[in-house]
Amino acid sequence: MRALFAALLLAFSLGPAFAVEPEEMLDDPALEARAREISKELRCLVCQNQSIDDSNAGLARDLRVLVRERLTAGDSNEDALSYIVARYGDFVLLRPPVSPRTYALWFGPALLFVIAGLGLVVFYRRRQAAPAETPPPPLTEEERARLETLMDEDRKP
Amino acid sequence: MNKRLLFVLPVVLLIGIAVLFAVGLKHDPSIVPSVLLDKPAPSFDLPPLSNDKPGLATAALNGKVSLVNVFASWCGPCRVEHPLFMHLAQEGEVPIYGINYKDKAADAKRWLRDLGDPYTRIGVDGDGRVAIEWGVYGVPETFVIDREGTIRFKHVGPLSPEVLEETILPLVRNLQQ
Repeated sequence: MRALFAALLLAFSLGPAFAVEPEEMLDDPALEARAREISKELRCLVCQNQSIDDSNAGLARDLRVLVRERLTAGDSNEDALSYIVARYGDFVLLRPPVSPRTYALWFGPALLFVIAGLGLVVFYRRRQAAPAETPPPPLTEEERARLETLMDEDRKP
Repeated sequence: MNKRLLFVLPVVLLIGIAVLFAVGLKHDPSIVPSVLLDKPAPSFDLPPLSNDKPGLATAALNGKVSLVNVFASWCGPCRVEHPLFMHLAQEGEVPIYGINYKDKAADAKRWLRDLGDPYTRIGVDGDGRVAIEWGVYGVPETFVIDREGTIRFKHVGPLSPEVLEETILPLVRNLQQ
């Protein structure tokens, strides 16, 4: 029972499994950490919604190894990323870069928000600016009497 | 203000969004446009698969319009498009160069012996590194290279007779002029 409990505890404490295999890893922990960081930014083109850090696809593995080679060769993180982007395009980046092609993507929501806000402001301004309605004319004697009788009817029973 | 505009605007917006969706939903997200189009082919040098046929290097792409096909014996779709290449090779209109991607030499040779060998040159890319230089992310992929060694077109996935007849061959003929 105790052994089973220990086994379960161990199984659940392991956390998520990564696709990175031990033999791919670099000896230098700082470089390896940078490689992991870069890999998380890169889309696996075979299974498109995974990063190459998560993917078991052959190409993802090749790209992980390539990133590590670039870093070992002295590339900065940006250099390594742009090396891959030069071959696979912006699409390989999971976070699309801000460029004229992606302005709509990055600024579209904010723009819509601003337009909606402006619309609201205009709407309320216009309502306030509208001339106050002239008060209705007072009731005539006749109307007042009729109102009284109606009210009395309600009060009686 | 202009009341009519208030009524027309939502309709115009709706039509705009509908058009956007109509285009967007037809677009196949698994096809990634190549950034290498209209750029010179990457520099590479691949060894031959067998002794009787030369390997493939950047220099071989100069001087002639050519097709470069990335293939592997383990790749099912490659088998599908293969007869098209055999036919094309018989016509002799354009040389077809092969990049044998992450394959075992014995398997690749058997594959070509069984199905026929349409390639004028075959370069062996055992670790897939040259394929990365070409921006390949799945086999098969087919490139059209012009006389200057520039990549002019890329097709991802097996060639269909339509793509070959309506896109690739007209482009090849155009480039050959």
